[in-house]
Amino acid sequence: MENPKPDLGRSLREFSADWNSDNSRVNRHGFAVLYRKELADHLESRRFWILFFLLLIISMVSLRGALNTISGAASQASSQGQSITDFLFLALFTTSGSSIYSFSTFLGFLGPIFGIMLGFDAINEERSQGTLNRLAAQPIYRDTIINAKFCAGATVIFITIFSIGLLFTGAGIVISGIEPRAEEFARIAIFLLVAAIYICVWLSISILFSTLSKHAATSALGCIALWLFLTMFLSLFASGLANMLYPADSARATMMDAINNYRVRVGFSRISPYYLFNEVTSVLMNPNIHSLDIMSTLESEYSQIASYLTLGQSVLQIWPQIVAMFAETVIGFAVAYICFMNREIRA
Amino acid sequence: MSDIIIHTEELVKQYGDVTAVDHLNLRIGEGEVFGLLGPNGAGKTTTTLMLLGLTEPTSGHAWIDGHDCTRESLAVKKEVGYLPDNVGFYPDMTGRENLLFSGEMNGLSKEAAKSRAVELLERVGMTYAADRKTGGYSRGMRQRLGIADVLMKDPRIIIMDEPTLGIDPAGMQELTHLIRELSVKDGRTILISSHELFQIQEISDRVGIFVGGRMIACGGIEELGAQIESDEKLYQLEIRAEKAGLRREEAEELLMKLVRGIPDVRAVQRTQTGMIHIDAGSNIEAQLLTVLVGNGFVLREMHERGGDLYEIYRKYFEKAGEQNGSTDNRNGNGESQAGFGQKLAGILR
Repeated sequence: MENPKPDLGRSLREFSADWNSDNSRVNRHGFAVLYRKELADHLESRRFWILFFLLLIISMVSLRGALNTISGAASQASSQGQSITDFLFLALFTTSGSSIYSFSTFLGFLGPIFGIMLGFDAINEERSQGTLNRLAAQPIYRDTIINAKFCAGATVIFITIFSIGLLFTGAGIVISGIEPRAEEFARIAIFLLVAAIYICVWLSISILFSTLSKHAATSALGCIALWLFLTMFLSLFASGLANMLYPADSARATMMDAINNYRVRVGFSRISPYYLFNEVTSVLMNPNIHSLDIMSTLESEYSQIASYLTLGQSVLQIWPQIVAMFAETVIGFAVAYICFMNREIRA
Repeated sequence: MSDIIIHTEELVKQYGDVTAVDHLNLRIGEGEVFGLLGPNGAGKTTTTLMLLGLTEPTSGHAWIDGHDCTRESLAVKKEVGYLPDNVGFYPDMTGRENLLFSGEMNGLSKEAAKSRAVELLERVGMTYAADRKTGGYSRGMRQRLGIADVLMKDPRIIIMDEPTLGIDPAGMQELTHLIRELSVKDGRTILISSHELFQIQEISDRVGIFVGGRMIACGGIEELGAQIESDEKLYQLEIRAEKAGLRREEAEELLMKLVRGIPDVRAVQRTQTGMIHIDAGSNIEAQLLTVLVGNGFVLREMHERGGDLYEIYRKYFEKAGEQNGSTDNRNGNGESQAGFGQKLAGILR
């Protein structure tokens, strides 16, 4: 133990020697082949296209609904000589119609299903087909299998989200005649990126379930149960917990209690990627919103100057949410990875 | 013998309390066909998985062509083709596409993979079904495609796990022939695990008998036979005889009783096929015939047994059973082993 100082040069040389070694080359080649096969499998599968067209149709319907609402509000506003917002194009993504949800809400709801669809049978299907041991006997490291599967799934998610998002944008421009400004474009691009990360959370969770459970049906049901819980019921648990810790509605409740109650509720809700995604959407797609914290919201009622947040400041507000979603993806995948590496290959 | 290419040293694998492989020392020479013979649950599959680096041994080491199987699994996997038992393919891809995928995984270019797939499909006789989806393949077809799949890699060493399980006799013969050819024509080293004695006997140069995780005997078939004979003198006969006026069961009962009365007879038992099996310490044929004729029996069939792998196996198996104690039932092997012996008897006839 005489050399505690890390030798960067040597580490780099070792890394490059390892990276360029024959075995690494062979492994990378295997990864590429497997990745391409997985990608082709996804893109050729019927369930992918069903969900893709479902998302596409829904996005077009929600665009229609948003346009109705906005044109109604706009004509009302212009009759009073005002405009509703400077970021009219962004409103297309977040405004709901009279009987239909907005695009961002739909993405928040159906995105997880898309992610689950891509991953729930990743490992157990190979196992039940008897292809896993054949695959593992090819000249690749074992983790290459799960890595390639995750990368292929994530690629499909990015392709899907960006193609649907851009189709939505294009259709929005053509139908509404509103021209998005550069900043709006940037916000849309970041929004789509975050949506893709949000769906990747569910991809990694579903891959985890597929390594844990033997049957594809079990893993699909497990994923859907978790999705329902995190999307629908976690907020109930959160408010229950908050009310237990800081009862805010009793006569003796102080202002502090109310604030703490809120913070516990929100903090607990933020476990759910769905909640995080909604927070990101609300800030990113509405520059009017300055902060997500209750104190600054209270302050703003009295002291805030009515202005729009710049893009950089909006992103700064939601940076923790983005990082949290990224972390959830990484944790889900890491656990799946460890489980997969420790499982016996044999059926 | 030529160079040792597969080598294990005190290889142990434990699953909880169960020892699946118990201090295995194995040496297999290049170009050899080695048969791992043993009942289900004897640790054959575990051994093959450890050789491929797909399962980590609890202790001990294994090397293939100088590469440590656990630490340098990639180097090992480059040279070793593995045909798992009940091999599976991607059901939505055709047989040819499955082969192309394997070929590309092993670094072949698309063109090279294509031409090799054509050649191999022809060799295993699967050209007619090459462009059908593998989801509709029968077991025999899958197994043959599996051999083509292994050969896509052009491996020096092939490890096969129960390659003929569940295949009809005609298909089995074809497959056996194919496997033998891989060794003789191509000079590949083959490690084949099976409980199908007959097949092992036909294919293998050397055999290792595996019971309860331990290799209890290893060597060429003649060698094994010689080992047993030196242990003790044993004559084995199987007879079928009838007596007019008696039902079959009654006749058998009486016959067994009579045979037991002959000096030097050690054991008498009924076989699955309705014969009576006799173990004796000396040649008792003459006495046996006298007894039969004297009691009014008509001899229908009589075989002398011994010298084939079945007997060798049975002897080793019995010995291992004695050492383990007859009540020892670990892995639930006891039952399956008893059934196994009977099944073997059936196969050999």
